[in-house]
Amino acid sequence: MPKKTIDIEHDLTHLSILNEKGEADESLAPKLNGDTLVTMFRNMLATRRLDERMINMQRQGRIGTYGPSRGQEASQVGTAMALRPDDWTAQAFREMGMTLTRGWKMDLTLFFWGGYEEGNAVAKGHNDLPIAVPVASQTLHGVGIAWGMKIKKKDSVCITYLGDGGTSEGDFHEAMNFAGVYDLPLIFIVQNNQFAISHPRRKQTKSRTLAQKALAYGFEGVQVDGNDVLAVYSATCDAVAKARKGGGPTLIECVTYRLSMHTTADDPTRYREDKEVKEWEKRDPLIRFAKYLRNKGVLDDESIEGIENDVKDEIAAAVKRYEEYEGLDPLDSFKYILAELPPDIQAQQDEFVAALQNEGKMSH
Amino acid sequence: MASINMVKALNLALAEKMREDENVILLGEDIGQDGGVFRITEGLLDEFGSDRVIDTPVAEAGIVGAAIGMSIYGLRPVCEMQFSGFAYQAFHQVEGHLSRYRTRTRGRFSVPMVIRMPYGGGIRAIEHHSESREALYAHTPGLQVVVPSTPRNARALLRASMLSPDPVIFYEPKALYRAFREEVPDEPETQPLGKARVVCEGNDITLIGYGAMVRVLTEAAEDLSDQDGINADVIDLISLAPMDTETLVQSVSKTGRAIVVHEGPRRCGIGSEVAARLAESALDHLEAPVRRITGYDVQFPYFARERAFMPNSDRVVQAARELLDY
Repeated sequence: MPKKTIDIEHDLTHLSILNEKGEADESLAPKLNGDTLVTMFRNMLATRRLDERMINMQRQGRIGTYGPSRGQEASQVGTAMALRPDDWTAQAFREMGMTLTRGWKMDLTLFFWGGYEEGNAVAKGHNDLPIAVPVASQTLHGVGIAWGMKIKKKDSVCITYLGDGGTSEGDFHEAMNFAGVYDLPLIFIVQNNQFAISHPRRKQTKSRTLAQKALAYGFEGVQVDGNDVLAVYSATCDAVAKARKGGGPTLIECVTYRLSMHTTADDPTRYREDKEVKEWEKRDPLIRFAKYLRNKGVLDDESIEGIENDVKDEIAAAVKRYEEYEGLDPLDSFKYILAELPPDIQAQQDEFVAALQNEGKMSH
Repeated sequence: MASINMVKALNLALAEKMREDENVILLGEDIGQDGGVFRITEGLLDEFGSDRVIDTPVAEAGIVGAAIGMSIYGLRPVCEMQFSGFAYQAFHQVEGHLSRYRTRTRGRFSVPMVIRMPYGGGIRAIEHHSESREALYAHTPGLQVVVPSTPRNARALLRASMLSPDPVIFYEPKALYRAFREEVPDEPETQPLGKARVVCEGNDITLIGYGAMVRVLTEAAEDLSDQDGINADVIDLISLAPMDTETLVQSVSKTGRAIVVHEGPRRCGIGSEVAARLAESALDHLEAPVRRITGYDVQFPYFARERAFMPNSDRVVQAARELLDY
């Protein structure tokens, strides 16, 4: 009955491929053709530009409160690009780069933050869950989807997204536990953007990394430079390949930084120093990837300008559709509550119609 | 025709549907190897295997949250919460997601799944095992909440719940699990969700309840008939959400008097909703105030005191006499 050390596996890697100067370790870099690299860049740029536009529109009162993605484009786009269309995602609410990469129209972003359920009406054929606001609650839906894949013997996988704050939630724990116990093809992407609104990462958990949390659940955790789209993509591809072969879940901690506010309702100067933000701006994922692609000869001034213009047009068209939308029907709330409206709720709808008519908000 | 108790009836409904539809799967704590703490799922692991009868870790949010994802992926999960008293750890998944996906996505994703959970007092259990909190679910938009009261309607309702395109909270009166047997037909049958059932008819007063309280009401109705010559309509609500207002109004239009009975607390309870609907739709017919005989707005006692606490037929009979004399 000696007291002895239990030998548990505890290897943890940190992956970085592309540095701040745009120099890549080509021995680690994923082998991507020019078109794929351009798509990757375009998705990141579109995320950045739409994000900027959203903040402007919020300030002008043209949409509601908005949660920006600035700084996290590599984590969102790099992970999403590792997926096939038959794979699924279960997102939180700061994954615009992922949704654009997965082919969601920009309109949905505008509609969601503009206060319309239309923004969460995921188009048919897109295997993505809608935005989920309660922190980390969506990770369990990812569990269920990955479980369904396993039961139905598919070789598809599911990614669920959360932030550093989400790792403190009970749902995250239960999701990790289920994913481990049932060996599910589920990848947890933790965008560690250093803050849960005001609460800093170091006060979120005493763990040195978020990646190591996977070890307690019996599966692999990996930490990557979340501002390095090549590292993010590469680590996600590895996790996806493993999951497709029945190798079970992986947690990937993307170490990144929320360069903007939590939402437009937030003032980050209350809880962080400007010089810290400046430091992280030097690590901007978009700038370093653009440098890399220029150095590689994949992009130049002209082609970047072409992409910028293309994105600008796409945003302008989406904004136009959003602002000219005429589908606002107050009765929609009744239309989608249940497949069939029961008589007692039907009676409430009648009452609502009468009230609207009385208020002159609906024609007789 | 076989004569079976509610445990067997629920087991039968699950087995019948699982044989028909391989997408129907069960998740819960101790439901496989152990057959469930009340043995509702007994034998199902052997017949359907561990991919379809899944013993889960002790994690209610995990069970419900995962089932939501499975359901969206095309499976038809039926979850068991071991006791309704532990289902609050999944309540945020129920309120925050289960009830909302259809609206949130404008119909792109619906969540056809069932959450079964035993509720109610009368089995001499420890704390958290006897409460009735159906009003929490009935208060939540997007959910259907049903409560069976006999073996036959338990089987038919559970089948209908598993066929529903939207989520159902299936609230099981555990005091009735083994309380009595009833003949059930050989073939599976369904009972529409959303409809109340008239248990017996009378012209003098309407007695309204659900679950284990239906027996209390029929006992009271017999006593009233035998001792006072008062004849009661007994209505088993069955569906708390949606609620079958029409059946309630029809009865009260005839009797002019109503008592509503439930185990759960009175404040904002199902009885309050019944009383409000009668006030809104049958006021002209009411000859007396609507009475609520319910759990009080205090904690359900430990079991030494539960017999005294729970609504019983004597209280219903007494209230009925008072209303007839009003």
